[in-house]
Amino acid sequence: MNAPARIKGPTTLVHGPRGGCDRPVLKERGQREVFCGLTGIVWLHRKIQDAFFLVVGSRTCAHLLQSAAGVMIFAEPRFATAVIDERDLAGLADAHDELDRVVTELLARRPDIKLLFLVGSCPSEVIKLDLAKAAERLNRNYHPATRVLAYSGSGIETTFTEGEDACLASLVPDLAATDASQLLLVGALPDIVEDQFLRMLSAMGIDSVAVLPGRNADAMPAVGPNTSYMLLQPFLTETAARLAGRGAQYLPALFPFGAAGTRAFLAAAAARFGVSDETFEAVIAAPEKRAHEAIARHRPTLAGKSISFFPDSQLEPPLARFLAEECDMRPIEVGSPYLHRQHLAEELPRLPQDVRLSEGQDVDRQLARLEDDGPDLTVCGLGLANPLEARGYRTKWAIELIFSPIHGFEQAGDLAELFARPLQRAERLAV
Amino acid sequence: MKLTMWTYEGPPHIGAMRVATGMKGLHYVLHAPQGDTYADLLFTMIERRGARPPVTYTTFQARDLGSDTAEMFKNAAKDAYEREAPEAMMVGASCTAELIQDDPGGLAKALDLPCPTIPLELPSYSKKENWGAAETFYRLCRTLADPATAEGREQASCNILGPTALGFRHRDDTAEIKALLTTLGIKVNVVAPMPARPSDLVRLPAAAFNVVLYPEIAETAARWMERAFKQPFTKVVPIGVGATREFIAEVAALAGVDPEPALDDDNSRMPWWSRSVDSNYLTGKRVFVFGDATHAAAIARVCAEEMGFRVVGLGTYSREGARTIRAVAKDLELEPLITDDYLEVEAAIKAAEPEMVLGSQMERHIAKRFGISCAVISAPVHVQDFPARRSPVMGFEGANVLFDTLVHPLTMGLEEHLLTMFREDHEFSDEAGASHLAAHAPRPSAAPAVSSEILIAPPSAHAAMADGGCAEDLIPAEAAGLEMPALEWDSDAQKELKKIPFFVRGKARQNTERYAAERGMSRITVETLYDAKAHFGR
Repeated sequence: MNAPARIKGPTTLVHGPRGGCDRPVLKERGQREVFCGLTGIVWLHRKIQDAFFLVVGSRTCAHLLQSAAGVMIFAEPRFATAVIDERDLAGLADAHDELDRVVTELLARRPDIKLLFLVGSCPSEVIKLDLAKAAERLNRNYHPATRVLAYSGSGIETTFTEGEDACLASLVPDLAATDASQLLLVGALPDIVEDQFLRMLSAMGIDSVAVLPGRNADAMPAVGPNTSYMLLQPFLTETAARLAGRGAQYLPALFPFGAAGTRAFLAAAAARFGVSDETFEAVIAAPEKRAHEAIARHRPTLAGKSISFFPDSQLEPPLARFLAEECDMRPIEVGSPYLHRQHLAEELPRLPQDVRLSEGQDVDRQLARLEDDGPDLTVCGLGLANPLEARGYRTKWAIELIFSPIHGFEQAGDLAELFARPLQRAERLAV
Repeated sequence: MKLTMWTYEGPPHIGAMRVATGMKGLHYVLHAPQGDTYADLLFTMIERRGARPPVTYTTFQARDLGSDTAEMFKNAAKDAYEREAPEAMMVGASCTAELIQDDPGGLAKALDLPCPTIPLELPSYSKKENWGAAETFYRLCRTLADPATAEGREQASCNILGPTALGFRHRDDTAEIKALLTTLGIKVNVVAPMPARPSDLVRLPAAAFNVVLYPEIAETAARWMERAFKQPFTKVVPIGVGATREFIAEVAALAGVDPEPALDDDNSRMPWWSRSVDSNYLTGKRVFVFGDATHAAAIARVCAEEMGFRVVGLGTYSREGARTIRAVAKDLELEPLITDDYLEVEAAIKAAEPEMVLGSQMERHIAKRFGISCAVISAPVHVQDFPARRSPVMGFEGANVLFDTLVHPLTMGLEEHLLTMFREDHEFSDEAGASHLAAHAPRPSAAPAVSSEILIAPPSAHAAMADGGCAEDLIPAEAAGLEMPALEWDSDAQKELKKIPFFVRGKARQNTERYAAERGMSRITVETLYDAKAHFGR
C-alpha cells in the first residue's frame, strides 16, 4: 500500500438542508479509484439482447472493458471498440468516414443487431467527435433494420454506473408516447429479479407495468403524462430528468434493497395504484417472511460490525441503510461518487446520525481516514481490495454489488451474505 | 479506426506501469482522466499484489478541460513526491491526456523536484503495451545508468534484463536463470526492471554483459547499452532443454567461464520423460502455437524437437516480434500468422485442426469453445498464470514444467489403452473420464466442433483442461453455433459407435456425419463409419 500517512490539505464540510436531509457532507476532489461509465456495457449488453455497444475510443477503452469485468470472451461479444488511430487524429482520415466504414463492417458481420449504441469515450469527447450527429447520419442508412443511438460513457463525464444512466437516458427520446396509466420501473436488473417484481405487482392488480430498458430493441416501453416511474437504482439522474421531460411522474420510494426497502418500494407503487392494504400484505407476506429469515441467518455475523464504503456505484447510501437497519451493522463512512439529494430523500434520513457521508473522492485522503476508523469491513474497488487485505482489512468488492442480483425480497439474504462472507472467511482461516 | 473486439496488448502506458510496478522506489505520475485507474486492478487482482501500483493519476474531468489541467498535473506530481518520496519519478500521459497536450515532461521539469524525473512519450494511438514497457525501461536506463560505474568491471558479471510486473512467469524465470548463472560462477549485478530500484539502475554499466530474458521489454535498452557501455547481450532465450544448453554456451563464452557445471544438471528430467515409452503417444500430435513472439517461437521449437509434436500453426500478436516468428515458421515449413485480431487467430485454429492449442488466455478460450485441449504459454495473463508454487518456463526446471504443462491437458498414453480395454465392463462409466482429469470430464453430449481426429486410435480429443474457476463466467457463453446435418444412423452403426471410447466418440460421430454429408448420403452404416475413419486417418 502506498503511504498511508496523513494527507494534508483542505476538505470542505457542507452544512445545510440537503433534499430534506440536514447533515454534513464531506466533499472530496482528487484521485478517484473508480471505473468510468464504459463499464456499464458489461451488464447492459447482457440485458438488451439484440443491442451492440460500439465504443469510439482508444486501445485503453478496449483494454478497460475487457479488464473491468475480468472477462474473457467465449463467443463473439456484442460490444467492441472502434480504436482511433494516428491517421484519424492527424486528419489523414475523416473520423466520420472511418466510423461509417467500421459500422458498415460491423453490421455486415452482425445483421442480427437491432440497436446500435455509439458510445463516446474520453478521447472522442476531447477531439469533439459528434456521435449524436453520426448516429443521425447512420440512421438514415440503417433504420429501421437497425436503430443507432449515441451516449457518452467517458470518464471525464461519467463515473461507473452513470454509464447506465447515460445509456438509458439516450433511449428516452425514442420511446413511443402513451396516455395510458402505467407504472414504469427504471433500471437494468437481471431478468429473474425483474420478473419477481412484475409477478408481485401483477398479483396486487397492477397489470400495466413497463420496464426501461426492455429486453430487446422492440420491447422498449412507451411513456407519457399518466406514467408513474420508479427508480430501481439510485444512479439514474439523467434518465429520470428525461422521463420527467416526457411528462412522466416521479414516484419516490426507498430503493428495493433488503426486506424494508423492498416493502417500501412496493408500498409506494401499491398506494399510487390504489391497492388495498389487505391485498398488498397478502401478496408480500410470503416473500417478505423468506427475506427476514434469510437475513436473520447472517445477522449474527454482521451485527455490531463496522463498515466503510469507498465511492463506487452510488448504491452506497441505500446499502448502508439496509446494513444498519436490518443487519445491525455500524456504517462509519459512506462514500458515494455523487449524492442525488432528491432521489436519496427517503434514504439519507434513515442513516444513523453519526455516519460520515462523503461525496467524490481523494483516494489517499480516504485511505488515511480508513486508518483512523479501522472498520471491520471495507467496501471498495478491485484495485484497492488486495492492498487493503494485505494490511489486515477485510474487504468486499464493490463491483459484485453491481454484477450480482441483490434487489428484492428473494435476494435480500444473498445481499447480506455478500457482506458476511469475507468476515466468515476471516474467522475460518488459520493461515 | 479499427474495429477491435478484444486486444492482446493494452495501451503503452500499461507497459510503463508494468515497469514501475515491478520496481521499488520509483513513482509514476500519469496525467489521465477518471477511469484509467482500472489498470490498478490488473496488478492487484491478476497478480494478487498486496500493494497499489506506484502510480498517481491526475483524474481530470470534463469541467477541468476548460480551466487548468496543467495545474492539476503539477499539484498531483508535487503531492506524489511529498507522499511517496521516491528515488526517481516518471511522468507521462495516457491516451486522453496526450490529446490535451499539457506536456507533463515540461511541467515536471519546471517543478524542479529533488529527484531524477523521467518524461515518457508513449504514443497511445500508434503503439502498444510491450513497446511502452521497452521504451520506458530504455528511458530509465538512459537517464539513470552512470558510465563511471563501468570502472573495474569483471568479465564474469552480467545484468538480467526484462522481468516486469504482470509478465508470464517472470518471477520464477528470473530465479531459475539467476541460479543457473551462479552455478557458472557468473556474478549477477542487477536484475531489472523487476525488482530493481532506480539506484540499482545507476550501476548497470558495472556488468560485463547483459542477459536479455524478454526481448519485447529489454532489447531496446540492451541495444543502447551495447553501444553506450560496450556490453554485449544474449540472443538465446533459454526456454526448452536445447535452448537452455545453447544459452549456457552463450553466457559461458561471454563470461569466459566453463559451461560444463551448468550443462550437467541432474534435475533436468525432461529429456528422459520425453524418451520414456509412455510418451510414445505424443508422437505427431498436432499443435497450434500462438503468443508473444519470444514464447511462441521458443515453445514451437520445444514442441517440434523435444516433445515430438507436429506444429501445424505458429503466430504472434506482436508485430515487433514478427521476424522472430517468421524465422521459426520457415524452419517448421509453416506460414506464420502475424495478427492482433483474435478472430483471425480463431479462424486459423479452426482451419489447422490441431489436437492441442498452446497460446495466451484468449487461445485457451478459443480452444475451449472448440473442445480442443490447450495450455497457456504466453501473456496476456490471467490470475491462474500466477501459481502459488514455483513454476518457471526457463532453464532446465522450466523445461520440466513445460513437459508437464504440455502433457497434462492430454489423456495419458497408457490410460488410453486401459480405457479401451475396460470399456465393455459393467463397472466402467464412460462419463467418469480420465482419472487425472475427473473434475473436467466432458459431458456426453459435448461434441467437439472441430478436428479431423481419426476413429478409435489416439484419443487426444479430450476437451478437458485445467480451468481455474474465474470471473469469466460472468458472461455466459453465447451459442457456439454448431451445425449438425440431419443424418440417420443404422442401429448397427450406432452400436459400433458406442464401442468407441467416449472421449473421441463425439469427433467420430461428427467426422462420420461430415463424411456422409459431403457424399450426399442420408443413412450411416458400419461401412460408412469405417470409410470415414480411413478417410480422416492420417
